Amino acid sequence: MSGDPAAELLAFLRRRLTGDYEVDEFGYDAELTDKVLLELLRPVYHHWFRVETAELKHIPDEGGALVVANHAGTLPVDALMMQVALHDEAGRALRLLGADLVYQLPLLGHLSRKTGHTLACREDADRLLRKGELVGVFPEGFKGVGKPFSERYKLQRFGRGGFVASAIRAGVPIVPTAIVGSEEIYPKIGDLPSLARLLGLPYLPITPFFPLLGPLGLVPLPSKWMIEFGEPIRTDEYEPGAADDPMLVFNLTDHVREVIQQLLDQLRLRRGHAFPPLL
Amino acid sequence: MTHTVLVTGVSRHIGARVASVLAADPDISRVIGVDTVPPPSLTRGGGVTLGRTEFVRVDLRSPDIAQVIAAADIDTVVHMSLVSAPSRSTGRAAMKEHNVIGTMQLLGACQRSATVRRVVVRSTTAVYGSSPRDPAVFTEDLEPPDGPSHGYAKDAVEVEGYVRGFARRRPDVTVSLLRFANFMGSGVDSPLTRYFTQPVLPTVFGFDPRLQFVHEDDAVEVLRRMATEDHPGTYNVAGAGVLLLSQCVRRAGRLSLPLPSPAFRLLGTAVRRAGLVDYSPEQLRLMSHGRAVDIGDLEAELGWKPKFSTGAAFDDFLRSRGLRPLGGGRT
Repeated sequence: MSGDPAAELLAFLRRRLTGDYEVDEFGYDAELTDKVLLELLRPVYHHWFRVETAELKHIPDEGGALVVANHAGTLPVDALMMQVALHDEAGRALRLLGADLVYQLPLLGHLSRKTGHTLACREDADRLLRKGELVGVFPEGFKGVGKPFSERYKLQRFGRGGFVASAIRAGVPIVPTAIVGSEEIYPKIGDLPSLARLLGLPYLPITPFFPLLGPLGLVPLPSKWMIEFGEPIRTDEYEPGAADDPMLVFNLTDHVREVIQQLLDQLRLRRGHAFPPLL
Repeated sequence: MTHTVLVTGVSRHIGARVASVLAADPDISRVIGVDTVPPPSLTRGGGVTLGRTEFVRVDLRSPDIAQVIAAADIDTVVHMSLVSAPSRSTGRAAMKEHNVIGTMQLLGACQRSATVRRVVVRSTTAVYGSSPRDPAVFTEDLEPPDGPSHGYAKDAVEVEGYVRGFARRRPDVTVSLLRFANFMGSGVDSPLTRYFTQPVLPTVFGFDPRLQFVHEDDAVEVLRRMATEDHPGTYNVAGAGVLLLSQCVRRAGRLSLPLPSPAFRLLGTAVRRAGLVDYSPEQLRLMSHGRAVDIGDLEAELGWKPKFSTGAAFDDFLRSRGLRPLGGGRT
């Protein structure tokens, strides 16, 4: 099987067909993620959004770390792009902590598990970090991803700081991360709150092209993307018990938020116009 | 030191195996096995032989069990008699009575006894329930966000409540509570093993649950150690790792039939009526959301790891039933 693509493909298909592959206890199927799902995302990453990364050296080569990023874009495409960036350019599998809504939906919940992600809860975060995994969180949650276009690049409130407490308990560094470009893919200029409530969704967006153009309006706009990883914030000098000190957790949460906002502002300037060829 | 061990539920496969292993232990002077029906090895032949186990037919729901314990100076009780699926003839009410009232009677008798020093109770990881709001991996101390509200799992939750009450009232007795994952192996006959031997396996559309199994050999070994050594506490017992349902289906060489969950429920009810397979609401939930448990506590306490991982336990079960993946064996 040395480099013969046909034989490799055959062996891959055989493994898949006979169930002869490993998933970890969270349901992460590394082979399926790398060979199929990320493969589908790579053209989008390279050619549609032209993603550029900066300061990848701040991602540790091994061991636990918590990547904390801004969340935007109406649909969580930024999560997928960050996963491609870390997998292909830093050689790390990203284990995201997602909203419980995701895990209640058919297909999406289990696709999310297979690609390495899990429910945002204290037990799962602690367990992944203890195992030395690279864990990712978007503390803004739906407030961030569903905010109107007029508030782009303004970080929303950061939950209750549960992610900071998890990092302190595990003594792992927090890597503040800024993602620029996600805000322009589906500019949300309106909302249909009653219909969203009816469907049990956190929001139902109106963009310049959706629902006007129907399914065609679901094609994301090809904005230019940049992802920068900031200098890690160490948590190993705190006692693990410090995770139960709300003041400390709040302060550290605020600090992380400020660092990300600064990174975001600088990176946005550096990127310039969201749609360069159109200028 | 002489030991006299009482094993309940010896007419079922795992109970019989535990009794026969204990009967083969020279440090144990007597093994008394009880159940509501005689074990298959005594009636029809076949099944696991019980060795020198003395069988006593007792209905756990009656106070007779107290007389058995008092008469034989029992010092160790291994309570295996939990029924996981209602039988077609007697139904759910009898199952609940057997599980819950039976355990109360047994523990009541143990509380009175001056000789009982050790109590080992079989429970199930089903007590954690199964929901999309669950953490991925349960440790023993976690309270599930959505505990079970039906059937076997609810019985087990109630049984555990009585066991904890007993442990509080008799702190001098070593109480071990074992939460087993689904048993897997050549001799296991459960709703889940029957499910995997069907030609076409109905699954819930859009869901691919994580499942965990414990091999019967490992289960018997854990029970043997718990019955002969002091390991107080509550422990999860499962093979390492998980299998996705889709993986199980592929390894078994079966075809899956994904059904939307209301249709899955209807079909489940229909096949239960027809007496083919037992489905219950918590099985639908397990088939949707899955469940995995942490076995670190057990491994640390026993200084031992289960020999079969979840995957190896399932493969052993498949081998015993002659099931192979489509397109031949795995390398």
